[in-house]
Amino acid sequence: MLAATIRVTGDIDVAEECVQEAYSQALTTWPKSGIPEKTGAWLTTVARRKAIDHLRRQSTQERLLPRIVDTDDDAEPFDGESVLIPDDRLRLIFTCCHPALSLETQVALTLRLLCGLTTPEVARAFLLAEPTMAARLTRAKKKIRTSGIPYRVPTAADLPARTDAVLSVVHLVFTTGHTAPSGSDLMRRDLVERALELCRMLRVLLPDDAGVIGLLALMILTDARQRTRTGPEGELLLLSEQDRSLWDRDAIDEGVQLVREALAQRPAGRFALMAAIAALHAQAPSWEATDWAEVVALYDLLLVAWPSPVVALNRAVAVGFAEGPDTGLSALEDLGAEPQLANYSYFASTRADFLRRLGRHDEARSAYREALTLCSNDVERAFLTRRIDELDD
Amino acid sequence: MSQYLVLIYEDESARGSADEATFKKIMDEHNEFGANNAAALKGGEALHPTSSATSLRRDATGKLVVTDGAFAETKEALGGFYLIEAADLDEAIKIAAQVPANFGGVEVRPIRVFD
Repeated sequence: MLAATIRVTGDIDVAEECVQEAYSQALTTWPKSGIPEKTGAWLTTVARRKAIDHLRRQSTQERLLPRIVDTDDDAEPFDGESVLIPDDRLRLIFTCCHPALSLETQVALTLRLLCGLTTPEVARAFLLAEPTMAARLTRAKKKIRTSGIPYRVPTAADLPARTDAVLSVVHLVFTTGHTAPSGSDLMRRDLVERALELCRMLRVLLPDDAGVIGLLALMILTDARQRTRTGPEGELLLLSEQDRSLWDRDAIDEGVQLVREALAQRPAGRFALMAAIAALHAQAPSWEATDWAEVVALYDLLLVAWPSPVVALNRAVAVGFAEGPDTGLSALEDLGAEPQLANYSYFASTRADFLRRLGRHDEARSAYREALTLCSNDVERAFLTRRIDELDD
Repeated sequence: MSQYLVLIYEDESARGSADEATFKKIMDEHNEFGANNAAALKGGEALHPTSSATSLRRDATGKLVVTDGAFAETKEALGGFYLIEAADLDEAIKIAAQVPANFGGVEVRPIRVFD
C-alpha cells in the first residue's frame, strides 16, 4: 500500500501520511458502513486518493514537489480501483537498496518501508536507541529526495548489480536474525521471517533471477535446521551434534528443488553455491556421511564467484573434515594475515577446534579464549566456555 | 531534470608529476567525455593545484584573515568540476562514471534549488 502511494506522491513522507490518513478514515467509516470485502484494496485506494488530493493542493500552490518518482513512467491515469501493483514494491526495493545509501541505511529503510516494521522495531533490530534510528531514517529519506535517487526498476544493464545489492540486504537481515550479533538469544525469529518474506516476494517479482532463487534456497535450507541449533538449555549445538530427524523435511525438499533451479543457470552465483553447500548438509543422513570432498569442491567454486576471507575460512573448515585437522590447520594458517579475520571470533574458534582435534590442548585453550573475547552472543559464548572446560577435564 | 556538480578529487602530487604523454592522454579523455556528453554538460573547469589557493576566514573578532593554502589539507584535493544535468541520481552516476579521474575519484552532489 505504501509502495503504491509513493508512486503517486513521489515522496516517502507524504505517502506515509496518506496511508495514516487512510487508516484513520477506515476507523471512522467501517463501523458505519461495515468492513469492505477487500480491506487492503480499500485502504490503498483511499491512500492513493489522498495522495492525489495532496498533489492537487501542491500544484495549486504552484510549489515544486520534490519527486522520487519517474514521471514519464507514471502516465496511466488513476482509476480509483487500482490496488497494489507488484511493480511498486519492486521499485521501492531498488530505492531502499540504492548503493548511494550506506548498507545499514539500506537495511533500515527496507525493514521500515517494505517489511512494515515501526521505527522502534527497526531500532530494536539494530540494537540502537529509537531517536538514533528515527534520525537515520529521516536523513535517508532526505537524501533520497535531495539527491534524486530514482523510484524505478534499474535498466537491464544495471539490473544484475543492483539486484545483487538488494540480495545482500535481504541476506544481511537473515544472518542478523539467524545469529544475533549480541544478546541472550541465538536467533531473532522476527528478522528471519522478514528476510524469508522479502525473498519470496522478490521471487514473484523477478522470477528468473538465479540469485534470488539461490538466496531463497539458502535461507530455507539454513532455517530448516533451526529447531536443532540449540539444546534443551538453550546451548549451542554443532551440526555434528544435531538430531537430524528433527530437521524440517518439507523445507529441505523445497530448498533442494530451488538449488537445482538456481544451479541450472551458469555461471553459478554465490548464493546458489552457498545454497548447494547447505543442501549437501541438509541431505546427508549423518555428520559422518557428509560428502566433504564435494563440500570443498563447492567452496572452491564459491571462492571464485565471491573471493572473501570468510569464504576461505569456511573452506578451511571443510578441508579439515575432508582431509583431517592437520591439512585444515595449514589451510587456516594461510589466512592468518587477513585483516578482516583478525577480530573474527569464528577464525579463532576454528583454529581452536583444529588444535583440539590434534591433541594440542594448551594451544587450543588459548585459541578458544581468544574467540571468547571476540564473541558477543551469549549462547555462542557459553559454547566456547564449555569447550574450554572440556579441555581442562 | 536536476543538476549535479561532479567534483573531481585527485592526488595532486601524482597528477603533478605525470609526464607529458600522460597529461596529453588525460586531456584527450576529458575531450572525449565532453563530446560524448555534450547534451548533459552545463559547464566545467579545471583548477590550479591547491598550492595556488588562498583561504579567507574571519577570526573571532570579525577581522578578515587571509592565509596561503587550501581550506582543508587532504591527500586528494578538488582539482576540477563538471556541472551536469540528469533526470535522477542513476543517470548522474552514469555520466559521472565517465569523468576521467585516474588519480582519485569523483563526488556527485545535487544542486540545491530554492523555491
